[in-house]
Amino acid sequence: MTLVDRPATAPASSGGQAGLRLRGNLRQYGMIAALVVIVVLFEILTDGILLKPLNVTNLIMQNGYVLVLAIGMMLVIINREIDLSVGSVAAFVGAVTGVAIVNWGLPWPVVVLAALATGGLIGAFQGFWVAYARIPSFIVTLGGMLLFRGLSMVVLQGQSIAPFPTGFRQLGSGFVPEFGAGDLHLVTILLGLAGAALIVWNDWRSRARRREYGLSVPALRWFALKAVAIVVVIGAFTWVLAVYQGLPVVGLVVIVLTVGYSFVTTSTVMGRHIYAVGGNERAAALSGIATKKTKFLVFVNMGVLAALAGLMFAARLNAATPKAGTNFELDAIAAAFIGGASASGGVGSVVGAIVGGLVMGVMNNGMSLLGLGVDWQQAIKGGVLMLAVAFDVYNKNKAK
Amino acid sequence: MPDHILRMRGIIKEFPGVRALDDVNFDVERGTVHALVGENGAGKSTLMKVLSGVYPHGTYEGEILLDDRPCAFRGLRHSEAAGIVIIHQELALVPGMSIAENVFLGNERSRRGVIDWHATSVETVRLLEKVGLREDPDTPVSGLGVGKQQLVEIAKALAKDVKLLILDEPTAALNEADSENLLQLLRDLRDHGITSILISHKLNEVMAVADAITILRDGRTIETLTVADGVDEDRVIRGMVGRDLDHRYPPRTPEIGEVLFEIVGWNVFHPTVPDRQVVRDASLTVRRGEIVGVAGLMGAGRTELAMSVFGRSYGARISGTVRKEGRELHLATVGDAIAAGLAYVTEDRKELGLLLEEDIRRNVTLANLHRVARRSVIDLHREVADAEGFVDRLRIKAPGVFAKTGNLSGGNQQKVVLSKWMYTDPDVLILDEPTRGIDVGAKYEIYSIIQRLAAEGKGVLLISSELPELLGMCDRIYVMSQGRITGELERREATQEAVMRLMTNTPAVAR
Repeated sequence: MTLVDRPATAPASSGGQAGLRLRGNLRQYGMIAALVVIVVLFEILTDGILLKPLNVTNLIMQNGYVLVLAIGMMLVIINREIDLSVGSVAAFVGAVTGVAIVNWGLPWPVVVLAALATGGLIGAFQGFWVAYARIPSFIVTLGGMLLFRGLSMVVLQGQSIAPFPTGFRQLGSGFVPEFGAGDLHLVTILLGLAGAALIVWNDWRSRARRREYGLSVPALRWFALKAVAIVVVIGAFTWVLAVYQGLPVVGLVVIVLTVGYSFVTTSTVMGRHIYAVGGNERAAALSGIATKKTKFLVFVNMGVLAALAGLMFAARLNAATPKAGTNFELDAIAAAFIGGASASGGVGSVVGAIVGGLVMGVMNNGMSLLGLGVDWQQAIKGGVLMLAVAFDVYNKNKAK
Repeated sequence: MPDHILRMRGIIKEFPGVRALDDVNFDVERGTVHALVGENGAGKSTLMKVLSGVYPHGTYEGEILLDDRPCAFRGLRHSEAAGIVIIHQELALVPGMSIAENVFLGNERSRRGVIDWHATSVETVRLLEKVGLREDPDTPVSGLGVGKQQLVEIAKALAKDVKLLILDEPTAALNEADSENLLQLLRDLRDHGITSILISHKLNEVMAVADAITILRDGRTIETLTVADGVDEDRVIRGMVGRDLDHRYPPRTPEIGEVLFEIVGWNVFHPTVPDRQVVRDASLTVRRGEIVGVAGLMGAGRTELAMSVFGRSYGARISGTVRKEGRELHLATVGDAIAAGLAYVTEDRKELGLLLEEDIRRNVTLANLHRVARRSVIDLHREVADAEGFVDRLRIKAPGVFAKTGNLSGGNQQKVVLSKWMYTDPDVLILDEPTRGIDVGAKYEIYSIIQRLAAEGKGVLLISSELPELLGMCDRIYVMSQGRITGELERREATQEAVMRLMTNTPAVAR
């Protein structure tokens, strides 16, 4: 019978493999394409104001904290949970930071570290109820949302605290330091070049590794084309920033986090476990994965990132206010879903969260530039969220 | 001339790739208890789903005559309106609602949408009396035992003016006293003119209560026996299994070594029903290079035994000893079990085995990621190479290792699950229904893989509901019934009849 003769499936051709991979990433490429379309659209509608160096810098600074939250939220949603408390946690951490730095006069680097630890503790608190006590995360974090909003008002006694020292404010509105003086921001250019070189080198190394394991390698001209594209895109981005004041600190933080979390989610055991628990918790448990611990750690991580977002927001505003972070959780959740997360868990990527966040950010910024009122902005963003998810669900059903 | 309440004629029901029912005829006389028996997968449940409209008219061939009138049911509500009510093995009660609310669920006593609570209570009391349940109608159902819940289900059926009551394995979850009580109720209902169809694996109960028995096998009606004609259990068993071994198994010369794996005095209780013991004092051994079968009907405790051993993935109050190569193992988590060299291929590959949204590669490495990781960082290229190795060796028919497992056929999905566990390099493999829902060609390939694993000196514990598979594959077979191991048969003494007898016997008789 079948044991003797060789079945018809020869080892899959490289074309088939690449095609499958491409299809798997189609949603991500689709979102990037949508982002490009939106950028071009507003660039035209605003007569070129959107991509002016000043405005690009503003865009980064305005959206930094939402992007940080979106990364954490993406992991939570991949884990098939939700966190409604992040806006309140950000406000609470900002409030505590304000009291510690302004009222008590503690050195700000120490306070920043303590604030991040506080965020981790809050995440651990909520993660405990979700992972070990098995209370639905919607309920736990709804409670957290009210609890920490209330506590930040208590801490600030209903008032704003200001101003922060210059060093701390860099976190929200500073730029990467510059050596020498010129029209162009040299350090930014150097960082851009280094980044592009790193990506191309990494790609090259990956080819060597694939050969080592006898896997197919894409043609050299594709590699060259990709390398050129990377250099051009990063070069253009750096140039735009360099002619103004350089790369904002916020931008550097977001880039480092994106690269770091992309690595963790795609290439580490922990990342794989997060997807597995979200995709099929029982199958994951029967494969020996510590499902509760994984869930718990995802919430701890979310707490730390919420704290970071709170710090960035307070630093940018140069004040700790009890109203900070209102609706941040909704922006972060929307970013994750626009960026390709699935409500049934196990699907999504960190880059997707960033793209989703940028889609929202560019729309906010573009519509403001056009003089559209907040009322219409909100309505249009809601429509885009529904459209993006409906499109996704439609595609998925068609694939079946 | 017999008076038939129901006649099903030439029923054919096909699913993609399988003919589940093949020209089934099924006649039920009015005022009788009619048993429907057969192995797992013989087509009993499918036939009842056709009858109750779960598979609506038009999705099957053949005709259904109720009281000599042809019926074309569009759904459950439609068949219920005609007086056919089915009670499933998993009860369909809402735990938080009261008895009265459950009895009239979907059938509320109401006027213009407003519930008439007085009528509801009064009628519930009347119905509870009929089924012999003395409880306040306002008691929440969650506070009742399974036996009483079963009676509430029957009261619910009576509230719908049932003419033909179908019970699917009604005593599977009941203790002896509750079972006897339920069987008596069926007799009482029969005396009040209600006809019942009883699906059951427990032949002693069938013999005790049924007037007629219809045997299904491989989607066909084999025969209908009248109990009054002096039919005994052996006669029924012969009808259930009497088929040729039409499957083929790869040839093999077993090389069996010393004892590798032992389970001694294993006890497991149900995780949510505290007084229900699902595995009782089970002991078994597996030797190197040996394929050991575990036979039993649904609910016999085979999966519960396997899962509770595998890192306590099921059950409560687990006791007993597990040894490998003579050393006692302490398996508190699945991680412990994997580390100790155990692998468990789950019965339900979609719900418990696979990440359907993920590709083949990520499924293959999931249970042993550290094999491709250094300091917790995964070598993605080596992972692809390893996964491709399995796709090649096990002949997984897929466009490549990046193909989504959810899009593969059942046989190929099962090969991915096997790959996952072979990747952990286990010494003992527990395979739970490894060929369920797989076509014949893929089955043969999976048999070859199992035999290769045994030839490598691993011990294999094969749980299966298909008797020919167990007889064709195993060197030794344990038989379970109602949580106990009721017998152990060497290959040469194992016949379908012998195994079936142990499967259907109550353990007290067998011991």
